[in-house]
Amino acid sequence: MTSPLGSVASLAAKVGGAVVGQVRSVLGQGGGAGAASAPASGWLAVSIYREPSELDATALPAPLAAYGDRIETRIRPAPGGKGSELAVRLTRGSSGKTSGPARLSGSDPNADLRSALRQAKQLIEVGEVLRVDPASHGKRNATPAGAVLEVATKRAPKGGVL
Amino acid sequence: MKAVTWRGVNEVGVEDVPEPKILNDHDIILEVGLSVTCGSDLHLLGGYIPAMRAGDVLGHEFMGRVAEVGRAVTKHKVGDRVVVVSFIGCGLCWYCEQGLWSLCDNGNPNPGITETLWGQSIGGCFGYSHAMGGWAGSHAPYIRVPYADNGAFTIPDGVSDERALFASDAAPTGWTGADQAGIRAGDVVAVWGAGGVGQMAARKAMLMGAERVVVIDRFDNRLEQVRTHIGAETLHYEQVDVPAELREMSGGRGPDVCIEAVGMEAHSSGPQYLYDQVKQQMRLQSDRPTALREAIYACRKGGTVFALGVFGGVVDKFPMGAVMNKALTLRGAQQHGQRYVPEILDLMSRDEVRTEHLATHVMSLDDGPKGYRMFKEKEDGCVRAVFRPGG
Ligand SMILES: NC(=O)c1ccc[n+]([C@@H]2O[C@H](COP(=O)([O-])OP(=O)(O)OC[C@H]3O[C@@H](n4cnc5c(N)ncnc54)[C@H](O)[C@@H]3O)[C@@H](O)[C@H]2O)c1
Ligand SMILES: [Zn+2]
Ligand SMILES: [Zn+2]
Repeated sequence: MTSPLGSVASLAAKVGGAVVGQVRSVLGQGGGAGAASAPASGWLAVSIYREPSELDATALPAPLAAYGDRIETRIRPAPGGKGSELAVRLTRGSSGKTSGPARLSGSDPNADLRSALRQAKQLIEVGEVLRVDPASHGKRNATPAGAVLEVATKRAPKGGVL
Repeated sequence: MKAVTWRGVNEVGVEDVPEPKILNDHDIILEVGLSVTCGSDLHLLGGYIPAMRAGDVLGHEFMGRVAEVGRAVTKHKVGDRVVVVSFIGCGLCWYCEQGLWSLCDNGNPNPGITETLWGQSIGGCFGYSHAMGGWAGSHAPYIRVPYADNGAFTIPDGVSDERALFASDAAPTGWTGADQAGIRAGDVVAVWGAGGVGQMAARKAMLMGAERVVVIDRFDNRLEQVRTHIGAETLHYEQVDVPAELREMSGGRGPDVCIEAVGMEAHSSGPQYLYDQVKQQMRLQSDRPTALREAIYACRKGGTVFALGVFGGVVDKFPMGAVMNKALTLRGAQQHGQRYVPEILDLMSRDEVRTEHLATHVMSLDDGPKGYRMFKEKEDGCVRAVFRPGG
């Protein structure tokens, strides 16, 4: 059962396809000036609201531990009582200098590491990795907008500017 | 189970979706008692927030009874009557610790989308697109609530379902705006928008000791609600020159605090409206900031403007000159409900905060498309359409 909520906004749909247009422009432009670049050093960093003494570089949570010597790790106190800064970078392969949009479109060597770092942060802070899938939903339409968004959503845990 | 879903731009459906299951130890499954439409949903319907997919369950403001609890949940048990904050906060990251719950580092499993868009991702929100986590919404008989010890609050016995419902989103959003704008005793406060959010912001401003609180809108029935149920003054923006009236009401100074509770689809009567609408539809700007511009213009020197209305991307003709030269403080936030709900429920139990009047139309999930149409078009004086999944 569907009811069109016809109004001026439906005009937007006609002007270039609202959803496709908007998702593309969001995913394609980054967030404006400079938002999409990675640091030259290749380090990916998160702040964790725990004392540095509670973090052990030799006993990192599984998602990072699995990298073994393929990553370097750096732990230091976060200033201003913000806990600790945990940074990781790949020791081999690309330095991960890809743009934000490239990360959402899937051509990013740091993608898995970024996701592993986020998971490690959650495991240390909360004790478990938050799952959203499977989320209850109705019928998915096979539309171009839906397809673009599905790909972007799948990659979103690994994407972003971290 | 049956659910009200987003089917496409301006298309709402009712369809079968799978029942939720516990996936994390801090989850509860809630049997939804009441679930209400919010102005934020209109931005989703209009297609102004990207990242919605056909089949996504709508709804983020809700209350109900606990049906199942995860292993790590300590505050709730099966059968508890609770109201749930629309934003999902872990309670353990630095932001949650600061009380900035909607900024939680851990509540959004899809951080890449908003990080790319805004530079950082914020927390997750139920029923509010894949950019905000892809969480299923509450217009359904059951919903999964992660981090339930933080987000779900037991409703005091004397508070009705219809009242407690709005402690989920409308009231804590109003509280966020008034509190974070730093209202002080004796302030003159102006609020743009007399929907649920604007009304609640006005109520909190009064409770904080504001000398005068004025709410601005063009719908007589909403302005009437403000006068009767909130006790604030009103201005009809199609009948008067708003900045001029506000100057007069504040001894020529302008309001100390201006709260914008309208959002990216603001309406206006001037030629600027057409300009904004066309630019928005051409994707040259994503949001129409009519009320925000007026708030900045009206605000006194050195005052604070708080954007509670949701904006998604970029706005055009932003009066930066006024912000800079008048030394304004400009702030915004999604609601930090977890820090305000206990106070709100307590005030509700003492009749200091009343919200039932917002629930102008209560209906079943089958009426989802009709409810959204009535809410959007403000048919029959609709202020909020409320769904009762139990029929
Ligand atoms: N920050 C948050 O956490 C949060 C939470 C909930 C809702 N919101 C946002 O708050 C806003 C209001 O929500 P609501 O549920 O009250 O919506 P609503 O649609 O019921 O109310 C908005 C009101 O604004 C009025 N309005 C439109 N243009 C105006 C103008 N130029 N000047 C004055 N008033 C104008 C409308 O007539 C309407 O009464 C929305 O943008 C919504 O997305 C934010
Ligand atoms: Zn809302
Ligand atoms: Zn958190």
